[in-house]
Amino acid sequence: MAANPMTQFNVYRIGPEIKVGDIDISFTNASLFMVISIITILLIFNFGAKKNSIIPTKLQLLGELSYSFISKMISDTAGSKAKPYFAFIFSLFMFVLFCNMLGMIPYTFTVTSHIIVTFVLATFIFIGVTVIGFIKHGLGYLKLFVPSGVPMVLLPLIVIIEIISYLSRPISLSVRLFANMMAGHTMMKVFGGFVVSLGIVGGWLPLGFSVALTGLEILVAFLQAYVFAILTCIYLNDALNLHH
Amino acid sequence: MLKKVIFKTLIVYCLLVNFIQAAESGGMPQLDPEFWVSQIFWLVITFGILFLVLSKLILPKISDNLETRKSQILDNLELAEKQRKESETKLKEFDNIILRSKIDAKNLFNDSRKKLLDDINNKRVKLEEEIDKEIKIVETEIKELRKKSPEKINKIAIETSSDLINQLIGSNVNNSSITAIVTDISSKNKTV
Repeated sequence: MAANPMTQFNVYRIGPEIKVGDIDISFTNASLFMVISIITILLIFNFGAKKNSIIPTKLQLLGELSYSFISKMISDTAGSKAKPYFAFIFSLFMFVLFCNMLGMIPYTFTVTSHIIVTFVLATFIFIGVTVIGFIKHGLGYLKLFVPSGVPMVLLPLIVIIEIISYLSRPISLSVRLFANMMAGHTMMKVFGGFVVSLGIVGGWLPLGFSVALTGLEILVAFLQAYVFAILTCIYLNDALNLHH
Repeated sequence: MLKKVIFKTLIVYCLLVNFIQAAESGGMPQLDPEFWVSQIFWLVITFGILFLVLSKLILPKISDNLETRKSQILDNLELAEKQRKESETKLKEFDNIILRSKIDAKNLFNDSRKKLLDDINNKRVKLEEEIDKEIKIVETEIKELRKKSPEKINKIAIETSSDLINQLIGSNVNNSSITAIVTDISSKNKTV
């Protein structure tokens, strides 16, 4: 069933089954690509940070550009108060970006195309942001749900809507990334299947489409990592600077 | 940004049919909970390692590198500014020197011209004086000559006339009578 576009998302065990009590924590292909991603990130940035020359080497430039790119993103969206969370957002962005990008290599596995992975990340961000908000503002953080300048009549409705939108943040954040990655990879697989089934006569059109889709998917891979990181920054901004 | 997100969700929506078909035929492996715990476990471990190593080891180094570069650039800029100021003052000094030397040259030129003119004037005055003297001497000489000339003419006239008379007549005539006649004629000539 190689033609089934969903088989690429199958998770299977690599090596022996590891069980702690009743829980299965075996090493899978998903775990493998998480490990490959972080090793790639760490290698690139380690070599990028090693030498300190005034005119940077290519890797150094890469590391420094990413650093200033993300620090600018954070200070633009969440202000200077978000400085302590820089390392977390940097790791988050790089993790999502490299998982997405590694998934673009044929025959690899895309970690972020699994809802459970993105959901755990998003839930962690959601809980973390909520905790930060309550620590910084106490119960005053609940003012987030009461926008200023709203007529009293509409206020109950608005508050309910705000609460729902706040609670749906982890879902929207995780589903956005997961759906984008899955959609793109499925689409590419489908068009790849068309190329094979239409053969040398009619396969050129879907082949061209596949090429174009690859470009689009690389863009999406970057864009979704960026969106993930910037939305985290925006949620963090809500928690740090309460300005509703 | 928002537009792109909306665009993507549209694409997702359009492909929903595709997914449903796929889900019907093979099912979505994402929704199979068999490896969820394993994925969460490995995600926490890998992301934890990534976060720790980045935040403790790599990011401080990068920020250090950026800081040192920034400070070095600032230092260099400062140095450049300093050197610029120095060169400006040097340039001013240089300009002053040129100006002064120009003025000096002008003065020197003027002085020497004045000296030269004075010299020329002096020499001319001296020369004129000398010329005047010479002219005066010559004039006096001429005057004297003029004074003497009638007497000499008379003398010559007397001598020649006495010689002529002597040859014509063959005898000496009294000199005094000839003199009287000659002076008489010459005075008449003078008056004419």
